[in-house]
Amino acid sequence: MKRKIFRKDLLFLLPIFIFLLLWEISGCIAQTPLFPPFSKVVTEFWFLLGNGILLKNLGASLARVLVGYTLGCLAGLVVGVLMGLNKVVERSLSPLIGILFPIPTLGWLPLLMLWIGINEALPVTLIFICAFFPVAYNTLTGIKGVSEEYIKAARTLKASSWFILRHVMLPMALPNIFTGLRLEAGMVWRTVIAAEMFAISTGIGSLLINAESLIRVDVIMVCLVLLSLMCTGFERIFLWLEYKTTGAWR
Amino acid sequence: MTFISLRNVTTLYSLENVSLDIAEGELIVLLGFTGAGKSTLLNVVAGLTEYQGEVYFNQQNMNGIPTERRDVGYLLQDIYLFPHLNTFDNIAFGLRANSCPADEITEKVEAILALLHIGHLKKRYPKDLSGGEKQRVGLARSLVMEPKILLLDEPLASLDPATARNIRKEFKALHNRLNLTTLYVTHDFTEARELADRIVVIINGELKQSGSAQDIFCQPAPEIQEFIAAAN
Repeated sequence: MKRKIFRKDLLFLLPIFIFLLLWEISGCIAQTPLFPPFSKVVTEFWFLLGNGILLKNLGASLARVLVGYTLGCLAGLVVGVLMGLNKVVERSLSPLIGILFPIPTLGWLPLLMLWIGINEALPVTLIFICAFFPVAYNTLTGIKGVSEEYIKAARTLKASSWFILRHVMLPMALPNIFTGLRLEAGMVWRTVIAAEMFAISTGIGSLLINAESLIRVDVIMVCLVLLSLMCTGFERIFLWLEYKTTGAWR
Repeated sequence: MTFISLRNVTTLYSLENVSLDIAEGELIVLLGFTGAGKSTLLNVVAGLTEYQGEVYFNQQNMNGIPTERRDVGYLLQDIYLFPHLNTFDNIAFGLRANSCPADEITEKVEAILALLHIGHLKKRYPKDLSGGEKQRVGLARSLVMEPKILLLDEPLASLDPATARNIRKEFKALHNRLNLTTLYVTHDFTEARELADRIVVIINGELKQSGSAQDIFCQPAPEIQEFIAAAN
């Protein structure tokens, strides 16, 4: 059994290994700073890690993502729940959300640059917008998806409306809520990078754009690998949380 | 002694001037075609639907009193166990909603699990329960609240005949033991005959006849004859 699992893991790693090998060989043959071999990227990664540049910029991006994402998710959750519980709120907000939701997050960038200015609030606001709409929409869908019969059953068990919301509606809406959280977990990283590339002087996006102007492809590649890890990592965290909270009963 | 009294109950689409007195501990089976208004009558008693007329429990007028304060246990047709809670937590739901202390919850839930012989299911989620097991858990969830009135809406409709027969027997024994005032909806004559202290036939929202199984099946009112013939 153990041997089988080990073989499966190897099979999963094999394409990555082949990709890195081909990258290394091609980079060595090309002999140009525009296409450095994998080993050069690894060396640069250790160098940037050692002198603190990578951690400083990653920390700046991570802080923006965490603040914007948390606020956006909380606001989305509250608005989604209110819309799901109250038809008047739903009817009032639905058209507005219907108009604003389809706007790509980066479309807000020029407007927000003028309104907010170029400061820390800019990427945080962009991430907030990025997270807010899908979480609100998915929470609404989840809450409305809870059959009225479950509410009836809970009421005959003498549960108050607040208890029903906390112990029936929200848990049953969790799969939908997690879909919203997971979809945007990777997207917020793409958004923060774009904002930093255009407007902010710290963060991975800023490091990327500076490396481009200095023709440091190795640094660009370090940043891209790191971004891939962060996007995947964030999505995986929510996948894990979803499994932990809903896996047993779904 | 009359425990539930319905006076001229009328609802928007289903019931028409229904009046009915139910004695304490009596098991009433509501019989009728699908759409006759049987489930609506249960909803009226539970306070889950709007109605005109009066509903009394123990001579107290229940009009305007919400479901959560009516002291009724209601087993809905599709049971609606909460999918995110295991058997223990489903049964404990109502107790927790009413701020019952944790040790009392454990004691009461364990007792009802033993009473219905479902102790082995307590960690299972609804998705892992069979139809019969779900019925028992649903019944346990209602009974653990120690309601004065029990409402059951076609609880055995989706079960195979053998399982339904077993649960029916268990339920009858349980009813005799707990002496609960019960309203039981079905359109199955065998079920009605086996369970009822009294059968009430509802046709097109109107109460057409009320009596023992013998009265209903041996001396049916003219409309009931048609109903029995159609059902056979």
